[in-house]
Amino acid sequence: MYTKNAAVYVAGVGVVSAIGNNTAACLQSLESGTAGIGPITSLETIHKNVLPVAEVKLTNPELSAATGLPATVSRTALLGMKAAKEAWEDAGLSHLLPLRTGLVSANSVGGMDKTESFFSTFIKNNQGGRLRNVVNHECGAVTELVADGLGIKHFVTTISTACSSSANSIFYGARLIKHNLLDVVVAGGADALTKFTLNGFNTLQILDREFCQPFDENRRGLNLGEGAGYVVLVSETVAQKIRKNLYGRLSGYSNANDAHHQTASSPEGTGSYMAMSAALSLSGLQPKDISYINLHGTGTYNNDISEGTAIRRLFEAPYPKMSSTKSFTGHTLGASGGIEAVFSVLAIKHGFIYPNLRLQTPMQALPFVPETLFQKNMTVNHVLSNSFGFGGNCSSLIFSKL
Amino acid sequence: MKTFIRATGNISPQKTLGVGPFLQNLVIQTGNRLACTEPDYLKYIDIKFIRRMSRIIKMGTAAAMECLQEAGIKNPDAITMGTAYGCLEDTGVFLKKMAEQNEEMLTPTAFIQSTHNTIGAQIALLLQCHNYNNTFVHRGFSFESALLDAMMLLEENTAQTVLAGAADEITDASHAILSRFGLYKKEPIANTDLFASHTKGTVAGEGAAFFLLSNQSSATDYASLDAVYTFYRPAGTTEVERHIAGLLQQQALSLADIDLVVCGNNGDAKGDTVYHALDKTIFAQHPKAYYKHLCGEYPTSTGFALWLAASIIKNKSLPLALGHAPFGNIKRILIYNHYENIHHSLMLVSAC
Repeated sequence: MYTKNAAVYVAGVGVVSAIGNNTAACLQSLESGTAGIGPITSLETIHKNVLPVAEVKLTNPELSAATGLPATVSRTALLGMKAAKEAWEDAGLSHLLPLRTGLVSANSVGGMDKTESFFSTFIKNNQGGRLRNVVNHECGAVTELVADGLGIKHFVTTISTACSSSANSIFYGARLIKHNLLDVVVAGGADALTKFTLNGFNTLQILDREFCQPFDENRRGLNLGEGAGYVVLVSETVAQKIRKNLYGRLSGYSNANDAHHQTASSPEGTGSYMAMSAALSLSGLQPKDISYINLHGTGTYNNDISEGTAIRRLFEAPYPKMSSTKSFTGHTLGASGGIEAVFSVLAIKHGFIYPNLRLQTPMQALPFVPETLFQKNMTVNHVLSNSFGFGGNCSSLIFSKL
Repeated sequence: MKTFIRATGNISPQKTLGVGPFLQNLVIQTGNRLACTEPDYLKYIDIKFIRRMSRIIKMGTAAAMECLQEAGIKNPDAITMGTAYGCLEDTGVFLKKMAEQNEEMLTPTAFIQSTHNTIGAQIALLLQCHNYNNTFVHRGFSFESALLDAMMLLEENTAQTVLAGAADEITDASHAILSRFGLYKKEPIANTDLFASHTKGTVAGEGAAFFLLSNQSSATDYASLDAVYTFYRPAGTTEVERHIAGLLQQQALSLADIDLVVCGNNGDAKGDTVYHALDKTIFAQHPKAYYKHLCGEYPTSTGFALWLAASIIKNKSLPLALGHAPFGNIKRILIYNHYENIHHSLMLVSAC
């Protein structure tokens, strides 16, 4: 039974990214303006010392110690478990169990970090390569390591729509609650850096060899990052039973397709415009109600002009404050929607506006300029979070203050 | 709320795409790998797109186009799809070149097309469809998650028509790797003898199946899809039975209301014990039909099973090939499948 106006609340958050191993550490870096980007240390690749990336500053053994998962599994599962566990513990629902609980996760390439090491042996001899390195190749297998680690069994699934994956997993989770299929959903996504992705993006010539400059006139491309971000979504009934402060609610969401090109966004930002406007419509809000936009803002020439154009078409002056936190975390692909959802609800809870680092020359084609300074004690009522990806998949989420 | 299956498009190892006799002339292949019977793609896709597409992208796109043509719909309100493995061929090509060329002189095409959402995105691009578009990649739940998404969209009235489907391919690399995990039979076997073998392993399969689902009925609907339900790692037969009973109760049905059970037996002596246990208990009185000797085993084989159930109801006939003597008046079919005894799913299909 679907209830359109049923509220879906955020009761817990968890994040691990290049700027911090947990929520508090990430917030500290956001406040101090410290980016997590630097030279490659973890991957064995010819791009070392050439392409900067945003690595999580924990080794696989350290992540294993923090999560209880074996250090030999995909780093994507280790990162996912780290953030999902933080979110789950933050929500503090254990005393209410059993609840109908689901995990809706996302990633872009599953256990590829392990598969690529398997493949170098396998291509020489198809009986070679250790099977334990491909056993969790599938995107869903990575999710199941996290589900099993958290003891979630009632419902589990995985979405992969490139860079919009975890925005889609969050609102699929919310819909499962609105349809009264689940009471609680841990939703978000994870992605580790892999040679596969690094080389793939490199062939597209959209990687910046310096630190990325989202929404700058002279932007050159994106820096890849890694990490995970999850929110714990709960129904009204569950929200009433927990005594903790809720972070806010997911008031709007939408998914549209740009249908322009497999990897490039349309110049007029068709898909992003549709996603943002439909999310606003579902939330019952007007563009002027949005306090802050957490931009997709990858730093590529194409994304930023497309997204910026869509914002220019949809909003009018005075424009909402906006920034791309990818200037801190790099582009974490399937994790980015989850990480940025966490940053969005934290902005609401604490009254923060995050800066867009390294912005030197604002884009001439746009009538607005992203924020360059960290601001606190702000009134942040509604945050729009954008996630757009390959395949034209565009999704927007709106989080609102209670 | 009822979800109506208005049209289908199914590319499988059998001749299942478009109009034709319903599983009368079976394709028999010997070995442990059932490859799809592929159509002339020019009928469905512009040649300039075909050239770049890998096999799974062509299969997925053509199955989707056949489905839309049958439905007479140019632009569905949403596209949802499931794929456990994604575009394996392109993934393998990029991985191989990356290793062999030591990360140098790589080209983007294989990488671009390796992305799991490529098929859904290509369909949107070909249709110029700007609507909701989602791809689920959860092993044996991939197709079921896409169907659940579709059914929720229809109930929300976010969409009145949804193109929902699934696609998975076998490649030489995936077959070699999954063989090493012991998934497939060691001895060569004709697919039609799959259930007579009683040995370890199954036969690899693949396919692409799409459905046009709507919350509005039409004169030419195949059937209605009343429920999709998944459960993960059940502890044993009792828990499986509890889930099946729970779904029936939620639909206000009893076991006696089910005319036919479509079971996911795959010929693996161990895996099939899960089904055999139910044959002695809750399904003891039910006629059963099997399908994996026709399409092989793969995580989204339930796409084939849904096409089969919908077609049985539409054609009002049970083809001999399914392992049960034909009988009439099949109004309600329960599909029960498990993949590797981890992902269990139920689908309830009934006459409109």
